[in-house]
Parts: sequence; structure tokens; C-alpha cells
Amino acid sequence: MKPSDAKKQRTLAAETWRRFRKNKLALSGMIVLLALVLIALSTIVIDLVTDNAIYNNYVIKQNLRLRLQGPSKAHIFGLDEFGRDIFMRMIWAVRYSLFMGTIAIALSTVVGVLLGSIAGYYGKVTDNIIMRFMDVLLAIPSMLLATAIVAALGTSLTNVLIAIAISYVPTFARTVRASVLTIKDQEFIEAARAMGASDLRIIFKYILPNSMAPLIVQATLGVAGAILSIAGLSFLGLGIQPPTPEWGSMLSSARSYIREGWHITVIPGLGIMITILALNVMGDGLRDALDPRLKN
Amino acid sequence: MGKYIVRRLLMMIPVLLGVTFIVFFIMSLTPGDPAAIILGDQASAESLAQKRIELGLDKPLLVRYANYMGNLFRGDLGLSYRNQLSVAKQVWDKFPNTAILAIAGILVALLIGIPVGILSAKKQYTFMDNSSMVLSLIGVSMPNFWLGLLLSLLFALKLGWLPSQGMGSGFFGLLRSLVLPALTLGTGVAATVVRMTRSSMLEVIRQDYISTARAKGITEKQVTNKHMLKNALIPIVTAVGLQFGHLLGGAMLTETIFSWPGLGRLMVDSITSKDIPMVLGAVIFMAVMFSFVNLLVDILYAFLDPRIKSQYKGRKAAIRKEVTV
Repeated sequence: MKPSDAKKQRTLAAETWRRFRKNKLALSGMIVLLALVLIALSTIVIDLVTDNAIYNNYVIKQNLRLRLQGPSKAHIFGLDEFGRDIFMRMIWAVRYSLFMGTIAIALSTVVGVLLGSIAGYYGKVTDNIIMRFMDVLLAIPSMLLATAIVAALGTSLTNVLIAIAISYVPTFARTVRASVLTIKDQEFIEAARAMGASDLRIIFKYILPNSMAPLIVQATLGVAGAILSIAGLSFLGLGIQPPTPEWGSMLSSARSYIREGWHITVIPGLGIMITILALNVMGDGLRDALDPRLKN
Repeated sequence: MGKYIVRRLLMMIPVLLGVTFIVFFIMSLTPGDPAAIILGDQASAESLAQKRIELGLDKPLLVRYANYMGNLFRGDLGLSYRNQLSVAKQVWDKFPNTAILAIAGILVALLIGIPVGILSAKKQYTFMDNSSMVLSLIGVSMPNFWLGLLLSLLFALKLGWLPSQGMGSGFFGLLRSLVLPALTLGTGVAATVVRMTRSSMLEVIRQDYISTARAKGITEKQVTNKHMLKNALIPIVTAVGLQFGHLLGGAMLTETIFSWPGLGRLMVDSITSKDIPMVLGAVIFMAVMFSFVNLLVDILYAFLDPRIKSQYKGRKAAIRKEVTV
């Protein structure tokens, strides 16, 4: 680094981006992810503009005459057990995995951040009550907890979201609490308090912005985990129900026809894997960029 | 050591009470009247009311929970709605099958994960290291139920080498039928173990005492096994212990794919048939198992790392000193 650079003040975001950019693998992960987001958004726009015409005519329209046909020029990923175009279903499925994973993690981040910062900031009994509750939730394997919740509440988009969100809350609460504990005794917090800032203001304005780094990393990796859980639940028939295109439920129905065509089993899994792979490499890259000390 | 274990066991009690209560509470949210499920649609209002009292459904949630826990300590988890058989017996019957699968999965993970991780660390940034890192990244990102489907597509359907459904009888039959499910369950964990082993070996590999050991003329094999691996093992054990929870969750998926007659499949079947006592019993059983495995992992630490043991001994000595002074 040139001496003149050192003087230049960079924001945390700019500095992180500078480091992140150098990591080619993480960068490609981000590009893949952006492409997926773009695909998901365009399918939503297309559905709105065409009033679900494309969805009805290509994504869920059955054509039993051509069922289980392998990949061809007309249908590059082939057709599924009901003669539906797998390529179209893959494209339309992006939004369920991606957005449900993101929404679930967003929910658990909000709850986790609230609980974690209250526990860390107020300490003592409050801390004990909240964190022991988190310990209990953490003692139930997350997939098991999610399954139990869906089993009790029933299978619907909202219930799956709630189930996944609850099972991830303890992770976020712990992360936030840990960083609140390291920050809350620093001098600038004391200064803020001396100036008469309220607890709420101190937590949201001074402590949380300083504990963003581990949270962002955790959230990125959490979305990957949530997408896997959603796909897993759908595979068991407890998540998104057919005929809605979703990768996990596509695999679930492919299972019965595994003898009759390889493509219906292989392709939906690839979709899940590419998404998770992109999120994982991006998460690793973010962690290295946000905290270079962790890199070996 | 004994005291440490007792203290950890005591600490588990509130956690287990919490776990059972949460699961009980979640399952109590299930809509629908259990009495109607058991007796069917034709039942009269009177017999329904009778059944509700019999099941204790007229009592508040906390009382029902207390009763449930009381029965649980006597090994009674209630009766299944589906076949009116003891839940505890069914769970207990299926448990060994899941345990076999989980242990085989962990073995697969360790047998692949640790050697590959060590090699990767010792040959950092070579072709071997890079390819094992790429493969483990793919392994972590691959949904294990998809891997299971791919494996049975290739080895069972295309090549016909291994069975893809059910549990074989006899030792070799069992072993043959175990290969694909164990690989399915273990590969994802193996990928995590590779990454963990590599990074914790890398932390150890450049320490001075390793150079010292080499300078003393110890064989490279001994340096690796005794000096490096032993010190690198703690984070690996933690990772494997935590992964056990994923294994239990993954067992539901793997057992479903391979029709393995274990707890996971019992649970999935019970959910589909709305057999609440069965689901409740199975989830509680698995959560308790998970807690015990975590306890075992913590105890294993103390055995692996004399520093942890001596820390505890040191504290004991200190307490004794305080008492005598």
C-alpha cells in the first residue's frame, strides 16, 4: 500500500469491497447469485405482465404424450413425468428457493439481533433468560425442529418460512450477543451514554453498526442453509407442494420415475447445488474481506 | 473427571426439560381433535368427550406436559394414533437402525475427511490440495438427498452393484445395503471434516515444536500422527459433534430415499398420517440423543486435550485451597 493510500479514509464497505474484489472465486459466486436474483425477478415481472399466461401454458401445463422425454433441441432439459418443460420449471423455481431462503433468514436475523443485543446489552438475568432459551432451541437439530413445526402447523409457504426462521434464530442471537459484549464496554459507548443517549439509541446507532461484520457472513451462509432446509422439507413432502415448481419437490416427484429418465433427477439438484455453491463461496469471501485476520 | 461428567449431566437437566417442553408445545398446536382422529368420523359426541377425558385433553397444557414427563420417566410415550401400539416400543425398535446408519455415516466422514484433510494441509497449494478443496466445497454445497438419488441412479439402477432399497439381512447383506445410505449421509460431513482438518493442521504445521520434532530425527509419519494430528484434533471433534445433529436431520431424508427402516422414516410416515404422539416421541428421543452426543463430545475433549483436564484439576485444587484457608 502506498503511503498516500494509507491517509485516504475509506468506509468499511469500500474497504471490504476492495478486498472482496480481489477474490475471484467469491466474485464469481456473487455474479452467479446476481444472475439468479435477476432470473427470479424477471419471472415475477413476466407473471405480472402476462397475468400468469406463461406460467399456466409452459410451467405447469401438462403434456402426457411427451412425458419423461430426454433433453432435446426444443426442450433443452427435457420433460418431466407430466410432460412439463423442465427448463421452464427450473427457471420459475429460482424465486422460491432464493426468496424464501432470504426471507426466512431475514426474519431470523431481525429476531436474533433483537434478542442477542438485548441479552448482551442488559446482561444478568435478562441475558440468562434469553440465552438459556436459545440454548434449548439450539439443542434441537434445526431440520428436526423445522420438521416438527411444519408437522404441527401444516404445510404452507408461511409455515415453512416460520419453521426455518425459528430454527435459525439462536445462531444469530449468539453471534450478535458475542459482538455486543465486546463492544459495549468500549469508551465511545460510555461517551454516548454520558451525552444522554438512550439505551435504544446506543444499541441501534452505536453497537449494532459495529457488529455487522460477523452478522453479514452468518446471514449469507444462513441463506444457503435455509435453501437446503426448504428443499429438504419439500423433498419430504412437507414444504412447497406440487404443481408449484420448486427444486426440492421436483426431486421428490422425480424419485418415483428414477428408472425412466435420469434427467428429471439430475437437473433440479444441479440448480440447488449451484445456488448453494455461489452462496458458500461468497460467504467465505465476505468473511475474509470483512476480517482479514481470519484468513490463513 | 468424574465430577466434571456429573456436573455436565446436571447442566443437561434444564436443557432437556426445555427441549421436551418446546417440542410438546409445538406439537400441541396441531389443529384437529385427537379424539376424533382415533375414533373416526362416526363416533358419537359422548364417546368423543369420553376419549378426550381419557387422553387428558380437558386439562391445561402444563398439566398435560407434567403428565407426559411423568410417563416418560417410566419409559411410556403414549400410544400411536395409527396402530394403537406403544410409541416408546416403536421408537426403540427403530433406533438401532438409525444408529447403525449414523455411525456408518460418521465413519465414512472420518475415513475420507481426516486423511484427505491431512494430505491437503501437508501439500498446501498443490494440485492435490486445490482439487480436494474444490471437491469439498462441492460436497458441502450438495444437498445430501440429491446425492443419494444420484448414487442409487448410478450404482443400483445403472450398474446394479448395490441394493438401493431397504436393509439387508445377515452381516454381508446389511453391509451391502448400508454402503449407499452411509455414503449419502457421510459425504457432506466428510467435506466439512476435510476443510476443518486442513485448516487446523495448517495452524499446527508451522509451529516450532514441529521443527524440533523433525530435528530430533523422528520419522515424518510420527511427526504427523503424534505431533500434528493430536493437536489439530480438537476442532475436528467439535465439528463432527455438531454435525451429528445434521446427521439426525439428514437421516430423515436418507432413510426416505433408501427406504431404510429407521427413526427418520418412522417420523416422516407419522407426520404424513398425522400421528402426533409418534412424532412427538420420535422428535423428543432424537433431541435427547443429540444432547447426549454433545455431552460425549465434551467429555472426549478432556481426554484428547490434557490441558482441559488439568484446567479442571487446577480449579479443584484452587477451590480446595480456598476452603482450607
